[in-house]
Amino acid sequence: MAELIAEHTGRVLTLTLQRPQARNALNNALLEQLAAALEAAQGCEEVGAVVITGSETCFAAGADLKEMVSLDLVATLDDPRPGLWQRIEAFNKPLLAAVNGYALGAGCELALLCDIVLAGENARFGLPEITLGIMPGAGGTQRLLRTVGKSLAFRMVLSGEAIDARRAMQAGLVAEICPPALTLEYTRQLADRIARQAPLALRAAKQSLRHGMDVGLSQGMKMERQLFTLLAATDDRREGIDAFLGKRPAHFTGR
Amino acid sequence: MALIESAVSAGVMTLTLNRPERLNSFNDEMHRELAEYLRQAARDDSVRCLLLTGAGRGFCAGQDLNDRNVDPSGPAPDLGYSVETFYNPLVRRLAALPKPVIAAVNGVAAGAGATLALGCDLVIAARSASFVMAFSKLGLVPDCGGTWMLPRLAGRARALGLALLGDKLSAEQAERWGMIWQVVEDAELADSAQALARHLAAQPTYGLGLIKQALLAAEQNTLDQQLDVERDYQRLAGRSADYREGVTAFLAKRAPQFTGK
Repeated sequence: MAELIAEHTGRVLTLTLQRPQARNALNNALLEQLAAALEAAQGCEEVGAVVITGSETCFAAGADLKEMVSLDLVATLDDPRPGLWQRIEAFNKPLLAAVNGYALGAGCELALLCDIVLAGENARFGLPEITLGIMPGAGGTQRLLRTVGKSLAFRMVLSGEAIDARRAMQAGLVAEICPPALTLEYTRQLADRIARQAPLALRAAKQSLRHGMDVGLSQGMKMERQLFTLLAATDDRREGIDAFLGKRPAHFTGR
Repeated sequence: MALIESAVSAGVMTLTLNRPERLNSFNDEMHRELAEYLRQAARDDSVRCLLLTGAGRGFCAGQDLNDRNVDPSGPAPDLGYSVETFYNPLVRRLAALPKPVIAAVNGVAAGAGATLALGCDLVIAARSASFVMAFSKLGLVPDCGGTWMLPRLAGRARALGLALLGDKLSAEQAERWGMIWQVVEDAELADSAQALARHLAAQPTYGLGLIKQALLAAEQNTLDQQLDVERDYQRLAGRSADYREGVTAFLAKRAPQFTGK
């Protein structure tokens, strides 16, 4: 049975993690499939946004420990895993996570990598790596720090304790809380709304936001202005403003 | 002998606190048994209503103080431990249970026994029953959800009066103050409570569960947030089999047969 289910509706691609026997643990094979699916979606004009989700009770409960336990220092040095994460991160269209239940370890890191996270009331986010004598290895310390701030990030990483959806929303990790049975549906609705916007504008805005997490304000402002200027040359900008002034819906072409 | 007696019939799980010689006060073992039954009630779809009552003349006298012998020369006890280990999970389990929970208060409910009873979804009490917030007289704080629920049930002024004075509150006064659903004659309590429970067990359980969660959520939501909750829950309720059955039965002018799904 496929462990990553892809489903295309409208302009939204939904990728569902489906390894129930391993609580959707993200082994290398699954990360590879995820990276490949996103790369395919990047080249596909029919896809405007992507939603990643798990089951109603579990998003992804970590990495595959059986895979990790056999790696010594040298093997870890040559681990293909960081490369897989980089491929996922390189995805340049809006990436949303619909998180129900556990998003732990690598599962939490995957959610942190996504642009927007919607969570079910039953969602729990945590980085329990420390309890295994290791530490987060795929952005857990970095993205969490930039997302929830110092004190909560330290607390979660050093204690390994998870937080619930409400706390995650207060801290800025989660954009919205939903009843678990509606999390995926609402994430898709949001993705659909996003996917109807001008593709080039989405791409530029995402690039600007991502860049902003990385650099100082003045550099970020410069980048933003360049991207803003770039959009001035697009058909979709003309269409967007014309449609607004003409009080009609816009029809974007991605040009 | 079981410290909790359980009987399941017609969709109702009746749990009877059963240490009558100690007014059904809680010890760790009774907590463990109760927790196990609540886990069952949550898992088992055929249970559609939970009824809590006490054996003998009392409902529940709260924590058994015999288990909390304080040695005056020893270190201070950690009461937070039993709250965290037993009472808080109990309150959370009852609140999260997506089916109605009835307390049939047959006699005195004191301390955690009182706050446990008052925290149930529907409280029906015998005329001679009473509620005693005994905590303050021992230098303690109402637990088992007491400080959260008392001001919501009785209003701040009465909550403070009850909690600070620790006096006995009669079932009749509790009913007058709107803190409980109903007072019935002592001899009728068991039958009335069973009838109520059986009625609820034949209703659209899934919808009732959503109503319960919505009202709980309302305690901390703004109107704006709560309107979103209503939209979400109505969306879910509208997809239930019982909603279809309810509408179909209404249009066909027949009695609905709800399955709880």
